[in-house]
Amino acid sequence: MNADIFLDKADAVATAAAVKSGKITATAAVSAALERIAVADRAFNCFTVVTPETALADAEKIDNSIANHENPGPLAGVPFAVKNLFDIGGITTLAGSKINADNHPATRDAAAVARLRQAGAVLVGTLNMDEYAYGFVTENSHYGPTRNPHDPARIAGGSSGGSAAAVAAGLVPITLGSDTNGSIRVPAALCGVFGFKPTYGRLSRAGTCLFSSSLDCVGPFGRSIRDIAMLYDIMQGPDADDPVCTQRPPELCLPQLDRGIAGLRIAVADGYFATGTQPEALDAVEIVAQALTNILKCGKETVKKTTNPPKIGGLGTVSIPESDRARAAAFVITACEGANLHLDNLRSRPQDFDPATRDRFLAGALIPAAWYLQAQRFRQWYRDRIREIFQQTDIILAPATPIAAPLIGVEKMVIAGQEILVRPNLGRFTQPLSLIGLPVLCVPVKRTGALPLGVQIIGAPYSEAVILRVAAVLESQGIVSAKSIDH
Amino acid sequence: MMNIEEYVDRTAELINLSLNPEHRPGVVVNFERIVAIAQLVTEFPLPPEVEAAPVFEP
Repeated sequence: MNADIFLDKADAVATAAAVKSGKITATAAVSAALERIAVADRAFNCFTVVTPETALADAEKIDNSIANHENPGPLAGVPFAVKNLFDIGGITTLAGSKINADNHPATRDAAAVARLRQAGAVLVGTLNMDEYAYGFVTENSHYGPTRNPHDPARIAGGSSGGSAAAVAAGLVPITLGSDTNGSIRVPAALCGVFGFKPTYGRLSRAGTCLFSSSLDCVGPFGRSIRDIAMLYDIMQGPDADDPVCTQRPPELCLPQLDRGIAGLRIAVADGYFATGTQPEALDAVEIVAQALTNILKCGKETVKKTTNPPKIGGLGTVSIPESDRARAAAFVITACEGANLHLDNLRSRPQDFDPATRDRFLAGALIPAAWYLQAQRFRQWYRDRIREIFQQTDIILAPATPIAAPLIGVEKMVIAGQEILVRPNLGRFTQPLSLIGLPVLCVPVKRTGALPLGVQIIGAPYSEAVILRVAAVLESQGIVSAKSIDH
Repeated sequence: MMNIEEYVDRTAELINLSLNPEHRPGVVVNFERIVAIAQLVTEFPLPPEVEAAPVFEP
């Protein structure tokens, strides 16, 4: 078997199994990834830094530990890369900016990176993003746009565009990104891979360049649900270095993936989440809803009634009230907190910001305190309404983006006869949910001959295991599948 | 009618943020957008017992 053909499609679990069983060496797995990056990334611009020396040295350590009959870890020899807002010891953390290129190199790895490395994964580089994570497009003026592997004329989405595109392009099986308003879910949807935003505070953000601390989360991208579950499990656990990180004990998801979905109450979000979108995004939700209905029926489980009668793909619907205001509250909080973080540089060197973020940051610095506080208080109100909904429902489905990947450089799009701005509206369906820190998995819906589209599987806080069980069932039935391009 | 341009200029001055004339039109456009979006939040009545809950542990 040609190891490279195998490795650009294999998931992390399969790669680690091959390394641990001696079918391939970690050095071979990592070398193959480095070669793919060297050849293919010129077309996609996912990577901002590639680290062949440290990657090959780390791979050799894994091979030595296997030779010495030591446990190399569950991710032995799996190449991975991270959005360039994660600290990597010895590398300057860019966070998509030119300004931060003047900073000293980080002295140690971000917590999430350290945990993956301890598990045997091998870091091969850092990935492109919107400047300071403020965007949904990864059209970065300093480092160039990241291109969608399914159509390089189109955006990869953002702000973790490099993270999603690197997985979709088959360069690495797993990556890390961050999500404040949708920055994991939007690029995952547009690139056709799995992207997981866990509950706010579930994973440590220590050693990452924050954007809006009230909302920021980190999470994994991957090509299989077992990979997503394994990465999430490895990264769980308290961390005194992140004041937001929960003290709850970890709940491992990988051992629960085959528990099925019997008895789960699943509904589709209507109202706000069914408007302002191209019909194909709703069709993708219906495909997932119908598949879940069929699976529940096959298991002789009736679909549990939600408050409304079944109407979308055999599932009932739920209305999440005031979601347009929730999106607005997230917008205000983000603009205010983001601007405050960068205020010194906005004063001293505004010309060095990306023009795509500069004026938004400057405007955000001028927001009256009353608006910010009202947005924070509204957040509590909205959280209470959704807590009520989750008394009756376990899982909610919604589209991830209102459209498939637009062309690079396009500023406006027409939806339902209305011309609207592309950049802010890509987050229409993701932003209200992260306002209140819900865990959400974006799954790529299998569609032939069309650009990728994602569906959000939304759960109550800390119900990551339930979300991943639903996704595992959909994956096993072939309803969702992460597309990786052929080289 | 509120004068957004004047608000932008005065508030920027107050917080010692000198706006480059090249950047100012873009800032005004973005602040106008924020004003429209923030209205969705500020016009919504909230009872006084709804508190903000930032994470702070003394």
